[in-house]
Amino acid sequence: MIQTIAFYLFAVLVIASAVMVITARNPVHSVLWLILAFFNAAGLMVLVGAEFIAMLLIIVYVGAVAVLFLFVVMMLDIDVAAMRAGFIKNAPLGVVIALILLAELVLGIGAYRMGAIELGTPMASDAPAMVEGNTNAIGALLYTKYLFLFEAAGIILLVAMIGAIVLTHRPTRAKRGQQDIGKQVRRNPDEATVMKQPTVGQGVEL
Amino acid sequence: MIGVEHYIIVSAILFVLGVLGIFLNRKNIIVILMSIELILLAVNINMVAFSAFLGDLVGQVFAMFVLTVAAAEAAIGLAILLIYFRGRGTIAVDDANQMKG
Repeated sequence: MIQTIAFYLFAVLVIASAVMVITARNPVHSVLWLILAFFNAAGLMVLVGAEFIAMLLIIVYVGAVAVLFLFVVMMLDIDVAAMRAGFIKNAPLGVVIALILLAELVLGIGAYRMGAIELGTPMASDAPAMVEGNTNAIGALLYTKYLFLFEAAGIILLVAMIGAIVLTHRPTRAKRGQQDIGKQVRRNPDEATVMKQPTVGQGVEL
Repeated sequence: MIGVEHYIIVSAILFVLGVLGIFLNRKNIIVILMSIELILLAVNINMVAFSAFLGDLVGQVFAMFVLTVAAAEAAIGLAILLIYFRGRGTIAVDDANQMKG
């Protein structure tokens, strides 16, 4: 009973905050509604016993992605009114496509409920040998069978990090009169000065 | 009793809202990126629900990979948005036709 109430609470809140994300006037409000949506989705996941993914969702999405969005939204000077132009114009087409998509998805779910589709059964070899707790079980699976995928995920994050830095990095342009300490330290007498013995009546060829 | 169907319906609605968000906010690329995050969140809910109801943990492992890709995508997308804003002083993306593609 309490599970049902919790499910409907989380489900309604996640959908309501998703609606607010796409309709809010101010992008900052959109980000805040997105955070609420993430929290409620994490609640939905806790309800089915996937605590680890739920906590990961909060840490990664709320702690990193949403804060990143908030940073960028507040850093850029955005004309909110201009961003809203075309909202009404685009609405009919968008709503029609969304309704068609929803109808198709509900059709698929209905077909699934009729028992027309046989879902796969869990493979026995995938289930790790009886480990305690959701986090332990995921770790036992992730660090053995999916180790290479895990490493590939790490490489994806590394590439994303380097890419973001390379994209946004601006080399500081040397201004007039700016001191380059490295260049000064690298100078030595051999390449800085030249000894010349000019003969009388001739110039010096440097 | 809450079954897997309830979860799929929530996830389907969330997915459709994400698609609708892309259509409604065609100018505002920040909200478009947030809509993509909503779509990926719907995928994650779907994976976790099936993983829990089928008793197969692989779904949760793959939800983690989706999470990774979502984080990388948000970082790169916002970096591109930042240099676009620097170059043009606006983030209106519906007139982004410099490359005449």
